[in-house]
Amino acid sequence: MTQMTVLASLNAALRAALAADERVIVLGEDLLDPYGGAFRVTRGLSTAFPDRVLAAPISEGGIVAAATGLALRGFRPVAEIMFGDFLFLAGDQLVNHAAKYRAMFNDQVRVPLVVRTPAGGRRGYGPTHSQSLEKHFLGVPGLWVVAPHALADPGALLRQAIFDVEDPVLFVEHKIGYGEPLRTELPGYEPVRLAGTASPFPTLWLKPRGAADGLLVCYGGMTQPALDAAALLREREKLELGLVVVSQLAPTPATHLDAILAEAAPAAVVTLEEAPAEGGWGAEIIATIEQLRDCRRMAAISYRRVAAESTPIPSARALEDAALPQVEDIVAAVLDCF
Amino acid sequence: MTPRANRPAPLAVTDRASPLADHYRVAAAIRSFEQMLLDQFARGRVGGTTHTCIGQEIAAVAVTAALDRGRDCVFSNHRGHGHFLAYCGETFLLLAEIFGRPDGVCGGRGGSQHLHLGNFYSNGVQGGTVGNAVGVALAEKRKRSGAVTCAWLGDGTFGEGLVYEAMNLAALWRLPIVFAIEANRIAQTTPTERQLAGSIAGRCAAFGIPVAETSGTELADLLAAASRAVDAARAEQRPQALVSHAVRLGPHSKGDDTRPADVLQAAWANDPLAALRQRVGAAAEAIDREVAEQMREVLAAALAGIDAP
Repeated sequence: MTQMTVLASLNAALRAALAADERVIVLGEDLLDPYGGAFRVTRGLSTAFPDRVLAAPISEGGIVAAATGLALRGFRPVAEIMFGDFLFLAGDQLVNHAAKYRAMFNDQVRVPLVVRTPAGGRRGYGPTHSQSLEKHFLGVPGLWVVAPHALADPGALLRQAIFDVEDPVLFVEHKIGYGEPLRTELPGYEPVRLAGTASPFPTLWLKPRGAADGLLVCYGGMTQPALDAAALLREREKLELGLVVVSQLAPTPATHLDAILAEAAPAAVVTLEEAPAEGGWGAEIIATIEQLRDCRRMAAISYRRVAAESTPIPSARALEDAALPQVEDIVAAVLDCF
Repeated sequence: MTPRANRPAPLAVTDRASPLADHYRVAAAIRSFEQMLLDQFARGRVGGTTHTCIGQEIAAVAVTAALDRGRDCVFSNHRGHGHFLAYCGETFLLLAEIFGRPDGVCGGRGGSQHLHLGNFYSNGVQGGTVGNAVGVALAEKRKRSGAVTCAWLGDGTFGEGLVYEAMNLAALWRLPIVFAIEANRIAQTTPTERQLAGSIAGRCAAFGIPVAETSGTELADLLAAASRAVDAARAEQRPQALVSHAVRLGPHSKGDDTRPADVLQAAWANDPLAALRQRVGAAAEAIDREVAEQMREVLAAALAGIDAP
């Protein structure tokens, strides 16, 4: 039996959601079979559920607007934006409509909407098809931002986004990760899953065998580079790094970070993200951890951010590699802390 | 006695069978409400902002009267007090909301532009609500509820790209929706001829959406046209557009009218509410007194600080 990939897990979760609940409607561009979506995440769904998988024109704003209306009236729509780069075309809908209705209508409505999108680079797609723009949607009141990875169950995360949350969820899938097999065995680590009512989307904490010298905090597409860097640092430098793989990008899962901080007492924290560091996710994570550390009167922590260069992502692969964070950049940042 | 019992009763709203005098009562109440609101702003008794619909009351009353309130849905915009009051008559809930009171229709969180009650929704960003209305129409079609959705938009809103995405989706998906377009000749301070190329009817026609144009000043004509549009949307399960050409007589917001005095004078000389009042005849005087009394009660109640329920 072949091992299930992230793509297959997401596809199976969508199929199961459609089968389980008539309120689930999947809509987006080029979703219908035989194509099944630009990255094939919805392949087979329109054949199995012809009435509930809707092909939409090239209208990202219209798609999310219509999905918001569906959600207001009792459906649980799952909209696909073909590339995360196009999120701003639906940005007004996410920020000023879907995310606001529940609060501004004084909790009298719910907007259980999921907007899925493939994001990230490393495929040579160039400046407008490679970005990780999700940082611009962090901190929007009423909007959850969630990212799956291959070390947990991506399908379970998507199911949670569709059924367990009554507010809009921006679900960011790294396109390089679609082909990765799911991994539950991670030799050298003790996996701890953190979740709770305040931050329902789980954080995976991979504790090293011995005491952690530091923590690598990452999400989505930076998870595999983090594992590779941690292996190199263990081998070359005898440094033991714990990995914190976040799936709930917003709101920041402070309770998870606090529990990890209290137990790990790291000397160094390095955040990893594929977008430029400025105004980014890593800055928010570091600010949160530092505040928690100060409240706990713990010893000082060295912080570093590993992120992309502040440039449109070049098309040429060598130039793209230079612009995006690599394993060696993580190694260097960690060593810089010690 | 509960605080609710202290509140002034809602206006009696109208439907297709209502006599003209009853429609006039709602339109006059909307006018009176809006003028009272501007006065309260001028006195500094209320903060924030508001957009009144003075001059456009008849469209709100006629289009809403054509709907079936038991199931139909309404998505309104920034200039939505008339739409809201014609839908539910809840003058106190609206005024309390604008005054930021916890017993306002959205607990004071929404204010003038962000209202929700029953099947009525509004938001203050141009264009986006039209797309949400399309989603609501899609939801109701899939539920087979038989509901029609009414999406209010202005001629100024036609500058927003999402309007065309929404119209395209509504036509492609054959949705029971009526685009109720208030072509009030001005977008904030910009006259229509400086912000809209071609025509509204032509833009709707490009999507194969039937358009009915009305003066927006004759209640009976508007009610007939709106009834035809709503019935067609329901029976044929496809979008319809209805244009009302009534001119905005008041400011965009508060005291920010830049139109020359003679233009405004000419517009007021053709005040459609005054014409409707004449048609109602002798009964209008009593209705006006009744409306004035209601507005005094509503204002007193909103100012009196009734406790939140």
